[in-house]
Amino acid sequence: MIEEVGTTTEGDLIINVGPQHPSTHGVLHLVITLNGETVKNVEPRLGYIHRSIEKMCESLTYRQFIYVTSRMDYLSSHINNQACALVVEKALKIEVPERAQAIRVLMAELTRMASHLLWWGALGMDVGAFTPFFHAFRERELINDIMEETCGTRLTMNYMVPGGVMADLHPDFQKKVKEFITMFKSKIDEYDTLVTGNIIFQNRMKGVGYISGEDALSYGCTGPVLRASGVKCDIRKLAPYDGYDKLQFEEVIETGGDSYARYLVRMRELKQSLSIIEQLLDNIPEGDFQAKTKAVLKPPKGEFYTRVETARGELGVYVISEGGLTPYRIKFRSPGFSNLSALHHMTKGSKIGDLVATMGTLDLVIPDIDR
Amino acid sequence: MLSLENLTHTIDQALNRSFGPTTVLLVEMAMLSLFAIALFAVLGLVLVFMERKVSAYMQIRLGPNRVGYKGLAQTAADTLKLVIKEGLTPDSADKFLFNLAPFVVMIVAMLLLAPIAFAKGCQMWDMNIGVLYITAVSSVSVIGILMAGWASNNKYSLIGAMRSGAQIVSYELSAGLSIISMIVLTGSLQLSTIITSQQDGWWIFKGHIPAVISFVIFMIAVTAETNRAPFDMAEAESELTAGFHTEYSGMRFAFFFLAEYVNIFVVCAIAATIYFGGWMPFHIGHWEAFNHIMDFIPSVVWFTGKTFALIFLIMWFRWTFPRLRVDQLLNLEWKYLLPIGMFNLLLTTAIAILGWYF
Repeated sequence: MIEEVGTTTEGDLIINVGPQHPSTHGVLHLVITLNGETVKNVEPRLGYIHRSIEKMCESLTYRQFIYVTSRMDYLSSHINNQACALVVEKALKIEVPERAQAIRVLMAELTRMASHLLWWGALGMDVGAFTPFFHAFRERELINDIMEETCGTRLTMNYMVPGGVMADLHPDFQKKVKEFITMFKSKIDEYDTLVTGNIIFQNRMKGVGYISGEDALSYGCTGPVLRASGVKCDIRKLAPYDGYDKLQFEEVIETGGDSYARYLVRMRELKQSLSIIEQLLDNIPEGDFQAKTKAVLKPPKGEFYTRVETARGELGVYVISEGGLTPYRIKFRSPGFSNLSALHHMTKGSKIGDLVATMGTLDLVIPDIDR
Repeated sequence: MLSLENLTHTIDQALNRSFGPTTVLLVEMAMLSLFAIALFAVLGLVLVFMERKVSAYMQIRLGPNRVGYKGLAQTAADTLKLVIKEGLTPDSADKFLFNLAPFVVMIVAMLLLAPIAFAKGCQMWDMNIGVLYITAVSSVSVIGILMAGWASNNKYSLIGAMRSGAQIVSYELSAGLSIISMIVLTGSLQLSTIITSQQDGWWIFKGHIPAVISFVIFMIAVTAETNRAPFDMAEAESELTAGFHTEYSGMRFAFFFLAEYVNIFVVCAIAATIYFGGWMPFHIGHWEAFNHIMDFIPSVVWFTGKTFALIFLIMWFRWTFPRLRVDQLLNLEWKYLLPIGMFNLLLTTAIAILGWYF
């Protein structure tokens, strides 16, 4: 994973960043070797928030294990649940009603927006600007309210079931989302004036943390990190699920490969998600919100794999079924783990400030890295 | 007219009538040092409160609004909490230097209050080299910061302190150069003379282009010198947790904290004095009637108004801008501000010789 542990010469400082540190966004532990201000080596140490989610899933039924995954990448819990529901549907060949698919996509895109908003605010904090955080949370709060109305909770929604969604949309859903869209559109330009156009911010981002498309692929990066290096990898386009193929949206690609490109990809994805929501909002098909399924789900013997695009990249769910009530083995391929592994490559030889800023643009969620 | 000059004169005469000159000097010094300490505390509390309110309104929050009337007692309550909090000294720290550092920083901040003219006739020490004194004393605070960073025996503190050293030493040049270019115009280092020279208009108007350039450079340089965002490399929360004061807790942390705000006040007061006439009301040339109306506003209001407007500007920087990287910070100084400052000094000198100012 890491190229090699850099040699330590006299005068080098070895610093433990984390597990308690303001910029690691959780319990990530980085051992960094410094020569003055220059970073010589970055070595992530994992395991501080390992909860053996994969093992836990093996003792839960196919209906139950979906909800443990909300605790992996807690900022895109809807999408995690969706991935698990999809793998069960694939195994049992369940047809998901169109209405349920539309609801899933709406929720997933709202989640993606909420996640990107939080990332934008946190990136601001990483580069030393505190104000964006509060502005981002103002908009994110509205999404959380929408989620609370329909799903009952604000962060770990647990809304997906095999064959559809748990309950129908709240009657106010469309009205609330429209209010959010109006509000968001009036604010998105403010984001550009406050952060994107700022000369200090651009200097902190441009040409920093560069990774080429080839290197990013070999590290297994996915999502906005890989797309910022000019590689097409959006699962919503490559292997559409839940009716993404019927929607008009653009896969956001930037070719810069630096922190600024990663920043732009996410900012443009916010607008793409907004356009997906706008397309679907007034055209939610009538019908059932859940397919009729048996009370006890027993997939046939075999191996099943699905992948979805979360806010951070590609989430793969691999299930081995022995035909029993519970999965024999479950493995998650989480985007954060691979993206983190490229951190050393991106930041070698840069300054401490760049390390923090680059880590911010990777959009790491630590419980997603350590399952 | 409301003037503090009469008050100080009365006290001075009353003391002189009853005691000998040495005793009078000692009593007056004691009074002034009490005044400086009180001012230090009050300024710290007021500015921390102001910062919290300013940041709150920029961040769509309300800020402190529970303790006391409109939350005014919040900072006092916080300080009280810090006073009764245990001040830890790390085992591996150099105990003497560790405990000394906050006092160095605090005493420097208090010393800087001495030559500032708060109102007409309200100045602790009107020395003839006032501006030089301020530039000299303010550079001592870097020793306190280096001491704190080194003695803490913490790697974050050390990096923070070294950054701070590089930064303060660099930016002092620009701050000094921009002051010197104004001294060329005023022809005096004494603050009271600088203020009276602005009788017919503030230097920012009288000195037009070079004065504006010098003012902009001065504001950037002092923001860096006081370790404020976007130049808060020494603290850099997201990089170094708390920089040079990572290991400090309780009142010793509060000393650093309050000293930072008092330093902001001092540099803004200097900027207000040199560029905006200090306590001098807004006068335009020989418009006697207009000038007379302006004189009705007490001089202390003019001084605090100007100073707090500049403080607001510095707070505005902090809550809008991201932080610079350490090499960008030094590039900005050595490649841009310093050459521009030197050129500006030449320009000002030429203008002063040719008399092309108002």
